[in-house]
Amino acid sequence: MAELKKIRVLVAKPGLDGHDRGAKIIARALRDAGMEVIYTGLRQTPEMIVEAALQEDVDVIGLSILSGAHMALTPRIFELMRANDMTDVKVILGGIIPDEDIEPLKKMGVSGVFGPGTNTADIAAHIQRIVPA
Amino acid sequence: MTVAATAPALSRRELARLLTRVENGAADSELAALYGRTGRAHIVGITGAPGTGKSSLVSVLTAHYRVQGLTVAIIAVDPTSPFSGGAILGDRIRMRDLAGDAGVFIRSMATRGALGGLSATTADAIRVLDAAGFDLILVETVGAGQSEVDIARAAQTTIVLEAPGMGDDVQAIKAGILEIADILVVNKADRPGVESTVKALRAMLDLGHRVERTAHHGRLMSAESTGLPDENTAWQPPIIQTITLDKSGVAELAEQIAAHRAYLVRSGLLAHRERARLELEIADRLREALLKRLLAQIDPVQFGNLLDQVTARQIDPISAVKSLLTTQKIPANPS
Repeated sequence: MAELKKIRVLVAKPGLDGHDRGAKIIARALRDAGMEVIYTGLRQTPEMIVEAALQEDVDVIGLSILSGAHMALTPRIFELMRANDMTDVKVILGGIIPDEDIEPLKKMGVSGVFGPGTNTADIAAHIQRIVPA
Repeated sequence: MTVAATAPALSRRELARLLTRVENGAADSELAALYGRTGRAHIVGITGAPGTGKSSLVSVLTAHYRVQGLTVAIIAVDPTSPFSGGAILGDRIRMRDLAGDAGVFIRSMATRGALGGLSATTADAIRVLDAAGFDLILVETVGAGQSEVDIARAAQTTIVLEAPGMGDDVQAIKAGILEIADILVVNKADRPGVESTVKALRAMLDLGHRVERTAHHGRLMSAESTGLPDENTAWQPPIIQTITLDKSGVAELAEQIAAHRAYLVRSGLLAHRERARLELEIADRLREALLKRLLAQIDPVQFGNLLDQVTARQIDPISAVKSLLTTQKIPANPS
């Protein structure tokens, strides 16, 4: 069975805002780029997200945050990932992220931040670049 | 390769990674090592049309088993796009109530081109979860139409979900998915039309001449010649109404699943079907391996030349195949 390895991505919305249109557009775009996208829906806690990422053995976690809580939620997700020996899993971020937060987020370990207006092909290309073949 | 009898306990992370290797077809030796520890779990398939509530039912059924102290692994299959090869696996959305429970493990799988409602590696993934010690393995198929019946081979108990308003009694007597049901569930039983759906299903069951059919040397045979349950003692699929929102009918469903398991054990069918299933599996894998070996002998240049001729309508496809077989000295089909 010479099956190609598929890139698996978890697309999740932590926090309490109910705007999942962006997350769905990203999920669809990554599907069209040939990836397997596990979509978990709204209002996920960091614990739920990391647990789902672990069970699904994803290469990338994509977080969509529009509530402004990214500086609280993102560190918690990295903390849980470290606790579960998941430091090889990449994290990307989308939504409403102020420019001044991007550097601190990248220092935390976020591999890419994609705000409104990003071409979805750029996100797919970024993922293909950061996931080892 | 010897089969290890003792279980090296896998962490959830290791289990998840092993499932990935299984999906990628890169775990032959690991599957061989764990095979001896399989055969404990009860494997329950859940199938039905898109939107009938499979994921929601799996979620409430799992919660029911957890109260009883049983551990549950879930495999949820969604379709792969035939165009991009990608997939959206969205069954977890309905299973959020199970988050944070160490007695539950959920894995989403894409079909990756398989057409029978599961992926080619689902059976191997079931074995991994079985060997990992889960009491129940619930396998949710893709939204199934009329012929996605692979689940009946992979599962020991197959549940077919219907919802009110999905078709008339002629739909119910068509061949295919309803035939594989060990348990019929009419979900969303609070919706209008539930009585007529139940009636159509009941009529379908009453029309049937219920005998255990079982595969023998790849052919379906009736059980009359095998000493297995006959028309009078064979399992009659119950029809259960469920509403996942308030969990009504779920306890009854769990009871019927247990009753079906007991029937399979008591009648000897569990072992009998397992053997028949393994026979088919070995035959399938053998066919695949032989095909691969024979195809490797085909000269790609000759294949290309013949394709050109077929495209130009100089020869037809059947003659092209005959020509390839003659030159490659592949033994002719004995039949």
